[in-house]
Amino acid sequence: MRPLYVSRTACITRQSVSVNGKELPVSSGDGRFLAAVYRTLGIDYPKFFKMDNLSKLGFLASELLLREDRPRFVPREDCAVICFNRSASLDADTLYQATIGPGEDYFPSPSLFVYTLPNIVTAEIAIRNKLYGETSFYICEAFSAHQLFTTVSHAFADSSIRSALAGWTEYGNEVCEAFLMQIETFPPPETALPFSVEFLTRIKNKL
Amino acid sequence: MGKSSFLRRMEEKNGLAMIVWAGDNIISSLGFTTEENYRAVWSGQSGIRLCDAYRGIPEPFYASQIDRKQLGDRFAALGKRPAGYTPLEQAAILSVAQAADQARTDLSAPDVVFILSTTKGNVHLLDEGERADSPRLYLWHTARLIADYFHNANEPVVVSNACISGACAQIAAMRALASGDYTYAVVIGVDMLSRFIISGFQSLKALAPAPCRPFDAGRQGLNLGEAASTLIYRRAAGEEHPHTVSLVQGAIRNDANHISGPSRTGEGCYLAIRASLEACAADDLAFVCAHGTATAYNDRMEAIALTRAGLNRTPVNSLKGYFGHTLGAAGVLESIISIHALTDETALPTCGFRQGETDYPLHIAERRLRTEKPYCLKILSGFGGCNASLLFKKQKKTDETIVC
Repeated sequence: MRPLYVSRTACITRQSVSVNGKELPVSSGDGRFLAAVYRTLGIDYPKFFKMDNLSKLGFLASELLLREDRPRFVPREDCAVICFNRSASLDADTLYQATIGPGEDYFPSPSLFVYTLPNIVTAEIAIRNKLYGETSFYICEAFSAHQLFTTVSHAFADSSIRSALAGWTEYGNEVCEAFLMQIETFPPPETALPFSVEFLTRIKNKL
Repeated sequence: MGKSSFLRRMEEKNGLAMIVWAGDNIISSLGFTTEENYRAVWSGQSGIRLCDAYRGIPEPFYASQIDRKQLGDRFAALGKRPAGYTPLEQAAILSVAQAADQARTDLSAPDVVFILSTTKGNVHLLDEGERADSPRLYLWHTARLIADYFHNANEPVVVSNACISGACAQIAAMRALASGDYTYAVVIGVDMLSRFIISGFQSLKALAPAPCRPFDAGRQGLNLGEAASTLIYRRAAGEEHPHTVSLVQGAIRNDANHISGPSRTGEGCYLAIRASLEACAADDLAFVCAHGTATAYNDRMEAIALTRAGLNRTPVNSLKGYFGHTLGAAGVLESIISIHALTDETALPTCGFRQGETDYPLHIAERRLRTEKPYCLKILSGFGGCNASLLFKKQKKTDETIVC
């Protein structure tokens, strides 16, 4: 197997937002937390406001990783998007469920229903960045350094994959946490770290 | 030809390996064994029926459902009380138990991994007032429950990648086996109907007002269906072990276009097909088992992608007219039927198809076709613009031929 490197990291929790371990000040304002992060990053992507919370969270983490890339939005098939979490799309599920109550409360919402799949976050990232490679979503009981490492490493066995945006995106039951990495095969700049179970275990302890 | 770059790369690391079929089972509206299901499809039976007044849903719809009474009875015969398990859990466990019997494998062994494919798991419990923090609603919990039933201690893998999940789970199995981490992978695809799922597809105006007609010019939408299916794969060292069918290649690609609408150019589907055809010549394909949901957009998208890939003359079928769209189970169920059709030297017909479209004409299988070609391709597409392909290869006949 080719050695893999983590060239960038992005982390979002309600307490802090950071890129490559460096904290980014978020002007909280009076709005919601994820909208505040969106405004702080100065992104202009109105589709953001249609997304469910899980997609917003993953989208913002991917923007943190890629926003300084120039050129951006160059179509590529060699980059995979692989996310993991604990509760799949349960946050969106409960919102949709509220639209299908009994009797007169039955007004199923198609715009909420389309977000009741966890892999939509990987699609939002792929659409924004024109990534035609593999998109996958896996569910674990808790952040599993071992499963994340093996699953992402195995994805590189697909000979056309040279890079991946991968990590943990969990939203629901009071939890809001994203940890996303840019993982690559080519020799990295000095700031890059070997992608390994040890690296992921250190991250897990910080989340 | 015949070996994918993925397997070649893994071989460099782990020595020669093939990912071979070891056992399977299908539970659906058409029966509780693979044989019952394959025979029903072979003879043109469909499990799709009109469902009226389903749990307070105002509009009737067509769907295929697993017989709950039989499911409960058969599950009870395993020796566990059905009351402790949801119908989805019962169906999954019963399916795995039957596949394991066929594979003659001890699923509690440390070199066995469970891989679950489901889109919505026990989502019906939300409707029954289950709180959002109840473990029963979590997909990892469903997987753990199934693995625990078979005393398997390894962390199960759960794939939830919309309607292509069943293919993704097989690709995950292929990678886990080829890497040498495990010897057996138990791939389970399961989804059941619920008010949640039916109302959602109705709200998207995706359901047909009649039994679905994949690839037909007059198609009006899809039917939903219930299924639990299990495919057990084994890592075999090269050609030493006689076997019948192997999973040669698999790929996942995204349209990068829209979260709920298929690409107008079939981009992701085409790229996924191209990646799998790396390992086989188009001329060696017995058939392509398409996703073929019978929605206007999906079938057209697949027709474009297949045409772009040069497969417009290869026999193509869709199995949705027999089972409906079984969501997270579809990739596993339809792979099993395709594997058996491949060894049966048959391309199965597309139930519901009468007349094709003229702008992207395909060779849609209308009746059973005899074919001795060694490969078949399974393709799937789903919400989130995701697409997957799987390439299966039949080996020369041996004493271990699958009997269906």
